[in-house]
Amino acid sequence: MNTRWETVIGLELHIQLATRSKLFSGAATAFGATPNTQACAVDLALPGVLPVLNEAAVRMAISFGLAINAEIAPRSVFARKNYFYPDLPKGYQISQFELPIVARGTVELRLPDGESKAIRVTRAHLEEDAGKSLHEGMQGCTGIDLNRAGTPLIEVVSEPDMRSAAEAVAYMRYVHALVCDLGISDGNMQEGSFRCDANVSLRPAGSTTLGTRTETKNLNSFRFVEQAIEYEVERQRELLERGAQVLQETRLYDPDRNETRPLRSKEEAFDYRYFPDPDLLPVEITPQLIADIRARMPELRKTRAARFVERYALPERDAEQLSATSSLAVYFESTVARSGGDPKLAANWIITELLGALNREQKTLQQSPVDPDRLAGLLRRVGDGTVSGRMAKQVFEAMWGGAGTADEIIRSQGLEQVSDTGLIEELVDGVIAANPEQVEQFRAGKEKVLAFLVGQVMKQSKGKANPQQVSQIMTAKLRG
Amino acid sequence: MRVDSIAELARLLRRRELSSVELTRECLQRAESLQPRLNCFITLTPELALEQARTADLRLARGEGTVLTGIPIAFKDIFCTAGVRTSCGSRMLDKFIAPYTATAVTRLQAAGTVMIGKTNMDEFAMGSSTEHSWYGPCRNPWDQGRVPGGSSGGSASAVAAGIIPSALGTDTGGSIRQPAALCGITGLKPTYGLVSRHGMVAFASSLDQGGPMARSALDTAHLLTAMAGFDPRDSTSVERPPGDYAANLPGDIKGLRIGLPAEYFQQDLDPRIRAVIMAALQELEKAGAVLKDVSLPSSHLSIPAYYVVALAEASSNLSRFDGVRYGYRCENPRDLMDLYCRSRAEGFGNEVRRRIMIGTYVLSAGYYDAYYLRAQKVRRLIRDEFKSVLRDVDLIAGPTVPGTAFPIGERSNDPVSMYLSDIYTVSVNLAGLPAISIPAGMLEGLPVGMQLIGDYFCEERILQAAHAFQQLTDWHLRTPGDQG
Repeated sequence: MNTRWETVIGLELHIQLATRSKLFSGAATAFGATPNTQACAVDLALPGVLPVLNEAAVRMAISFGLAINAEIAPRSVFARKNYFYPDLPKGYQISQFELPIVARGTVELRLPDGESKAIRVTRAHLEEDAGKSLHEGMQGCTGIDLNRAGTPLIEVVSEPDMRSAAEAVAYMRYVHALVCDLGISDGNMQEGSFRCDANVSLRPAGSTTLGTRTETKNLNSFRFVEQAIEYEVERQRELLERGAQVLQETRLYDPDRNETRPLRSKEEAFDYRYFPDPDLLPVEITPQLIADIRARMPELRKTRAARFVERYALPERDAEQLSATSSLAVYFESTVARSGGDPKLAANWIITELLGALNREQKTLQQSPVDPDRLAGLLRRVGDGTVSGRMAKQVFEAMWGGAGTADEIIRSQGLEQVSDTGLIEELVDGVIAANPEQVEQFRAGKEKVLAFLVGQVMKQSKGKANPQQVSQIMTAKLRG
Repeated sequence: MRVDSIAELARLLRRRELSSVELTRECLQRAESLQPRLNCFITLTPELALEQARTADLRLARGEGTVLTGIPIAFKDIFCTAGVRTSCGSRMLDKFIAPYTATAVTRLQAAGTVMIGKTNMDEFAMGSSTEHSWYGPCRNPWDQGRVPGGSSGGSASAVAAGIIPSALGTDTGGSIRQPAALCGITGLKPTYGLVSRHGMVAFASSLDQGGPMARSALDTAHLLTAMAGFDPRDSTSVERPPGDYAANLPGDIKGLRIGLPAEYFQQDLDPRIRAVIMAALQELEKAGAVLKDVSLPSSHLSIPAYYVVALAEASSNLSRFDGVRYGYRCENPRDLMDLYCRSRAEGFGNEVRRRIMIGTYVLSAGYYDAYYLRAQKVRRLIRDEFKSVLRDVDLIAGPTVPGTAFPIGERSNDPVSMYLSDIYTVSVNLAGLPAISIPAGMLEGLPVGMQLIGDYFCEERILQAAHAFQQLTDWHLRTPGDQG
């Protein structure tokens, strides 16, 4: 007999905050420095030195809480999570346990099928990152790099509200875009700024109790999250269907072999001996501070998309696409402002041409050779009929290649659209004279040949003639 | 020459009747000659001391400096000193040289004191006898067969022996006041948060507080003035306007209300100690103080609560000594676990290991509520009782220790009896209050200390009472040498 299984997923996201200095020390947080050059006495856990909280990190955690409509704790407490590991210098991680700074938020997702779904966020707490253990090029030894030790993170813990790998990825993408928008994280997944642990369990469809879950650790790409969850769902389903039990354990995803492997069982789990860190005072958050942070928060995706629909009369889909990141939204709005023209035209150009070109060349928006000013310059010429749409694409490619502004390219390459009626009439007369057979066919009622005749004119004008005008004049002459 | 009064030495230095270099040479010479007998020092720094003394003399010659300029001092070897080893009395840190200096030390150095060395202590400040030191036990100058108390025993012994006029100690459960009492000197534990903990190797972060040890209340006031104050590098340090604790000495103690908790004078207190303390209190009464009976009913809970809170924090604070980055590392570790286990087993002494194990246990899953949380509740209870009593009286007085210095070795195999010598001091740390121990009399040739406890940040009032007492008596001037 076949049981139908329901997948239950909860995610823990570890998000590095984009502060200049560490959570409890003045050392820099920049990625990629020579090992151990960004670790001060506090990060090295030398005796007698003490942590001092970085207020910027607190502000960032609060802005995240506000963005997911969560409760901001008026008083939160740092706790020590005790365990021994070579890249954990103090022998404990300063985290938050019983009283996190952010609790009970909600994320409203739009799923790939267009449906929307609310995912509850249990909590988000501040904590410091550990260092890194290095195994490559160490002649069989383990090296320790403490540059990352003490870097601020927020750990965002969701409720087990997701029902498929696709939902989990949609949630993760949403939070990723959100923290980037808020400017509180660079979201760089290769550098480990955004990592995920996935809790996965299965239960018979219709059941309301949760099955035994596994936690798969350290997933640092959307694809790995999806693959690891799918693997884990299959593995658990196979176990359950042959009557075996899922063990509560921590597993590790191996992307090379696309499988998860056990890391430690529940029995082997650490006893972290959490207790409030006596070196740090409780964090007291005043309503004034919250109001101040709220006032300085950038516009969020949802509000922005709604505003784009309202103000620029964009279709919802375009508005959502252009609001996906704040940098793209800014690009769109400055292009519209500078072109002084049709927002829909700007939206089309950005979504189709600009994003297409960026995607083709694997560039980010910041690396785009065409800035809003230049794109607006081109859109003005499309708007006033100086260039045809087809020519405009040619101008865009030239701008992309660094050939100058739209006007410069149009001038130097002679791409202006010819709208001089006299000139067009001359060309039309020539084509009519040279193609008597087709003219005959047209007059006999085979109107399809019009396209051929117009094409001939366009060809002779080297594409510069205004096609609408050519078509009008041609039709008039043939009928006349 | 007696080198035991900062105030007197400062006068001589200002009049140029004595140079700091001369004074420092004298202190160094005494330190070296008494070292084999007393073992007060873990490290002596003669070259650095003479360099600092020369600088102090230059300042004094220009008519600059403070009352502390040119005054020799020694720091408990728990205060980090850039360029000079900070061992914390442990094999673990036998070769550790910090690249930074503790804020309290920096401030005293800025005031012009001259560091002659780092004093002996119980390993990681865990002990009440200075027997638990990797560098051997320190001895009491009143009787070299006895302990000086601890954990700041080296500082207390060095001041009592007349080696130096001033020293720093730290006090987590009595580690300044208990050795001050057993060595017959004055030792002050400030309000938690008044003196920065930056650069002080942590034992129990919520209880640790550095403080001055000297011959008299006036001298400790001078030292406290230089040490105290907000430090942005210690989140638990308190922002308060700086004060001169010596400026208002002597103050008037007429009408000063002193509470005597019934629990501090109960039947199990040695009647001879009680008699010494009552006699001392009568001196204060004669000077106009008013004695009142008060009660601190939860006092008997303070030892168990203290040993849960302090050791829980210690077990975590000492995790950083793992043999990975600095400090002692065992020979040829087989693997990571072996590196951890042997480095810590060989690097820490028995008492430290015992305390780490107890601290780890009380924080463990299933025991946390019964031990740690309950101890925190007791802590609040004790604090509230103190607060309530301190609404009715200005100071609380009693013996510092239930006895006098005990023979070396007597309690080293009986940790609980050792822990009980802190019975009157630990509750003050649990509450975070300031308290002083001053010499109050003698019993069989050994000093007896009296403790005065005040309200938060009322160090000045404590010092006024202690100073008034020292104007009326000469117990604080007695030295082991007097007996001939």
